[in-house]
Amino acid sequence: METPDKQSKSGGMAVETDRSFQWDPIEAPDEDIREAVWELGRAGEWIVQPVPEPYALESTKFGRLKKIPLEKTWHHKSCGQCGHIPGYSTSIFWLNRLLGYDYFDPRDQTSCTAWNYYASATSNQAAQASVAMRNFAAAYETGYFPLIHCGTSYGHYKEVRHELVHDANLRREVREIMHKLGRPFVMPEEIVHYSEWMYAVRDQLASRVVRDMSDITVTVHPACHYYKLQRADALYNADIYNGQRTAVVTGVAQALGANVADYSTWYDCCGFGFRHILVQRDFTRSFATMRKIEVMKEEANPDVVLTHDTGCVTSLDKSQFIGKAHGRNVGVPVMSESQFAALAVGAHPYRVAQLHWHSTDTKQLLIKMGIDPEAAWAEFEEDLAKIKDGTIKSLSWEAVM
Amino acid sequence: MFSVKYQEVPLEDKERLFEEVKADPRYEDYLYGCYECGICVAACPSARFYDFSPRKIAQTLAREDVETFYEQLNDDVWNCSQCFSCTRCPRQNNPGGLITVMREVAVKNGLRTTKEALAGYTRIIYKIMTTGTQVSPDMLQEDAFPDWGPQVKAVSENLDLWRLALPPETLHTTGTSWEVEERTMQELYAIWKMTGSLDIISSLDEGLSDIMEEIMDEELEASGLSF
Repeated sequence: METPDKQSKSGGMAVETDRSFQWDPIEAPDEDIREAVWELGRAGEWIVQPVPEPYALESTKFGRLKKIPLEKTWHHKSCGQCGHIPGYSTSIFWLNRLLGYDYFDPRDQTSCTAWNYYASATSNQAAQASVAMRNFAAAYETGYFPLIHCGTSYGHYKEVRHELVHDANLRREVREIMHKLGRPFVMPEEIVHYSEWMYAVRDQLASRVVRDMSDITVTVHPACHYYKLQRADALYNADIYNGQRTAVVTGVAQALGANVADYSTWYDCCGFGFRHILVQRDFTRSFATMRKIEVMKEEANPDVVLTHDTGCVTSLDKSQFIGKAHGRNVGVPVMSESQFAALAVGAHPYRVAQLHWHSTDTKQLLIKMGIDPEAAWAEFEEDLAKIKDGTIKSLSWEAVM
Repeated sequence: MFSVKYQEVPLEDKERLFEEVKADPRYEDYLYGCYECGICVAACPSARFYDFSPRKIAQTLAREDVETFYEQLNDDVWNCSQCFSCTRCPRQNNPGGLITVMREVAVKNGLRTTKEALAGYTRIIYKIMTTGTQVSPDMLQEDAFPDWGPQVKAVSENLDLWRLALPPETLHTTGTSWEVEERTMQELYAIWKMTGSLDIISSLDEGLSDIMEEIMDEELEASGLSF
């Protein structure tokens, strides 16, 4: 447990604990599903799409190594992320461009539809698996490898993979559907979340940091569906939380030079609830503010909360308005680590990180990073004026790199 | 535990629904019994704010207590947050997964309580099944999200312009989260139809199902995809 003498320089609790998790792939309580994926491939049941080179090898929860593609990535976008936090995806693409990586932003992609499935149950196993395999087929046909932006899509696709591996009837049903659609039946060698890619390139990002992050205190909310669904496949590192919690997000924030402070409710969900965020928001608001934001404020007083899933950013960001109206101890910016990393390596806060889509005020954070938010907003408004008067059709990549 | 609720529902109906849940291929993977340790409850967000317990779900199913199962099928399952924090169960149970299966059975059988629980959600079901994306930018209107503060109004008023100020061209959309090809949507419709997802919605809301069926049939006819 954390002790007072482990206070971080920000006043928050330090991330170190006295306990450590000794991993051993042999002792893992579950099978390595990837072996079965390859076996089914050899048996002609499906095509296995290999991770393209170059890739990084990173440790998962029990020490197995996972291949993380660095480029030739096919970006499986997220409905909520692109719908109302678009700076999330924009930052991921921008970072790819900054590093000179070849990536593909497809139009031949649907949502994974898992949000609806978890919220309303108006779908079924075969439909969910077919949507996943259709998207995987679309990626395979381009020659690029799927990189999943959304934590729920990532966790859900791993569930689908598990079900397809273990259920021959389901496999047969979905294969027939793919055949009728004229699509190949393809399973990727690995299912990879964008945060794993961020983690794999953290040292490259660290070498490009242009803003002083040493005074920035960060709290991390790890997304439930990243590490609680099919958990043995999430990335862990013995040097981060002594291997007891997933390493993504935290590892990136630390590599960028920010101070990661701990808080006691780190395991708690954000309160999203799938249906709750839309039709029972009293629950979402209460949980997000009382169990997460207020605890973070009291124990760590962060400058920013970082997470890596659409639902988490939404719940934690949007829920604070009402709490503030009631005088609760809230008021802290929330964003993805992709946006945070983009800012650290020089991205524009509005042209790239698109922070104006967020509800919580980010100005103090930007000032602390050495960014003048007023000047940056004025620059962005000039862009908007040009689009409005027809001088330019839209904001281009060339204009923001 | 023995429920005295829903006594007007015949036992055989409750047993039939329970058997439907047990017949799901995932059931055996999701339930291994229950130590009654309460770790799942301690981790459960819904347990903090509702009269809800993932432990009781696992216990009820393990004991095959059909009466309590039926009560939970009606009164509990829609409170779950589907975060799967409960999967830290030392016995490898997955109460969140069991609830997913129970919800499916509740929807397919058109339970009155399910219709009530999802009454406010049908607009979202329509959105996802007809556009392929769950939340489109144009859904962000201040009348629907007044508790999110004045920023929602700012987004709504500037939506078209702000979307064009996004460097990725695929995001210059307002009715969908990103630009989706026509063929892609047609294939999604084909999946909904081939897997019986539209039939499931029919049990929930016949009118909604009819509207979606019409949209999908027209698109599929144009696509050349036939079944």
